[in-house]
Amino acid sequence: MATRQLGAKKLRVLPGFKLTLGFTIFYLGLIVLIPLTAVFIKTSTLSWAQFSHTVFSPQALAAYRLSFGASFFAALVNAVFGLIVAWVLVRYSFFGKKFVDALVDLPFALPTAVAGITLATLYAPNGWIGHLLTPLGIKVSYTQLGVFVALTFIGLPFIVRTVQPVLEDFDPELEDAAASLGASRWQIFWRVIFPTLTPALLTGFALAFARALGEYGSVVFISSNIPMKTQIVPLLIMSELDGFQYARATALAVVMLVVSFLLLLAVNVLQWWSNRYNTNNLA
Amino acid sequence: MTAAEKINAPHRMAEPPFIRRLLIGIALAFMALFLIVPLISVFAEALKLGFGFYFQTLRDPLTVSAIKLTLLAAGISVPLNCIFGVAAAWAIAKFDFRGKNILLTLIDLPFSISPVISGLIYVLIFGAQGWFGPWLQDHNIKIIFAVPGIILATIFVTFPFVARELIPLMQAQGRTEEEAARVLGASGWQTFWRVTIPNIKWGLLYGVILCNARAMGEFGAVSVVSGHIQGQTNTIPLHVQILYESNNTTGAFAVASLLTFLALVTLVLKTWVEHKNTALRGTAFTPVPVGNKAG
Repeated sequence: MATRQLGAKKLRVLPGFKLTLGFTIFYLGLIVLIPLTAVFIKTSTLSWAQFSHTVFSPQALAAYRLSFGASFFAALVNAVFGLIVAWVLVRYSFFGKKFVDALVDLPFALPTAVAGITLATLYAPNGWIGHLLTPLGIKVSYTQLGVFVALTFIGLPFIVRTVQPVLEDFDPELEDAAASLGASRWQIFWRVIFPTLTPALLTGFALAFARALGEYGSVVFISSNIPMKTQIVPLLIMSELDGFQYARATALAVVMLVVSFLLLLAVNVLQWWSNRYNTNNLA
Repeated sequence: MTAAEKINAPHRMAEPPFIRRLLIGIALAFMALFLIVPLISVFAEALKLGFGFYFQTLRDPLTVSAIKLTLLAAGISVPLNCIFGVAAAWAIAKFDFRGKNILLTLIDLPFSISPVISGLIYVLIFGAQGWFGPWLQDHNIKIIFAVPGIILATIFVTFPFVARELIPLMQAQGRTEEEAARVLGASGWQTFWRVTIPNIKWGLLYGVILCNARAMGEFGAVSVVSGHIQGQTNTIPLHVQILYESNNTTGAFAVASLLTFLALVTLVLKTWVEHKNTALRGTAFTPVPVGNKAG
């Protein structure tokens, strides 16, 4: 890498470096970076007392608890079922496999508002799924459970799509080796395959969790948005905005941005770990 | 031998058939519950009051204006992000410079930000109480609660899509072909149009498909800056919300069925492009950091 870098600097035959990099930085600054700094500058106009009063208010704390809790459990459910879906898609053949594979991305392709009204209607007491659950005493729509269902829906593709390529690249000879040494199928999965999947699984989990934390569209319809009960952080920010409480909304946004950046950092570290793991495997 | 062939090799030790069937059953049940049932229910709810009501809702002037605004927002944001994506990928893939990894992370940033916050940042800048608020009011320019705000928010949320497709693709292709073209006397533009573009056309198309899907479907960010003025600042997803909240559930689902149809078309096109170019993988929608993927 170092030698190529030196060579490229001396013999740069391709044009357009300054133009494209200049435009990239200009556009990035204009659309993303400058607007984002506005959040931090706006927050810095608040005194610490005002800031902490907003971000540690009982309503905010309840919203964090629900956001983090529901996102965590949604990502966990997706980790389990996403792994099974990825496994089945890579390892087995069955009727309609290609269709199922393409459908995995539906939660991304389907606009969140559509997902929101659909899930709210399905799980409402008189809905297709809701009317089956009502006799059991389970209420989904307009409860915390509804928030969890919506977050599970939107997080579904993450685990499948991070685990799938790793599983495809997995060298079956390792399994053969383990089998020839007398390992059972379960031992092979647990001791040989699963450790290879761990970084991808954690990456997918972190991505699903991060996405769920910020999610708005699919939750707004299925949550009744009652403060302290079914209000997640993005809904709280939205209700502050609706009341023109920009400073309060911004303070909450800063908290969420910091959490997002930390998660982004975690994902980057996990990716790096994952790559190192795979490279070591190849070597 | 490809990975798939290896797996199907005869000496392969596999799970007993009942475990196999059980796992397939669990996977399909999960997919059915979370994806297929909702998908069918959209169309069932949309047609609850018959085709007459369905088409009447779609022909409604407010629906038509929402469709027009969505097309406008996507029509502006997709080409802009496309130009950005090509420029960024060219700079990052064809040259070496310091801070490349930071740049890659920053390009991905809009993916990790809540849609509500994506809208909020523009309110802070262009809103009535924002940085440019007073100046814009003096000059009678409306950005927030108007069409420009919707376009800006759409550009923000779809910002990384094309770039994150092209960067790994162009990094993998390297720079030797372009360098050869230059050495043989092609101009910079000739090299770009005749060598680079044919090489990246599928990746570009892929990015455009995904970018467009998000642009047309964005809800949270647009909701913050829209002001929800029917017939003026309502996009299709916002129109769905207004119909749903005014208890016109069937109407809401009728309009939602348009977006669902768009989602299905997106998935079909995406699968087709993946089939055409196997280097493109299903991870596209799932924002795994680009920089690290290239190793």
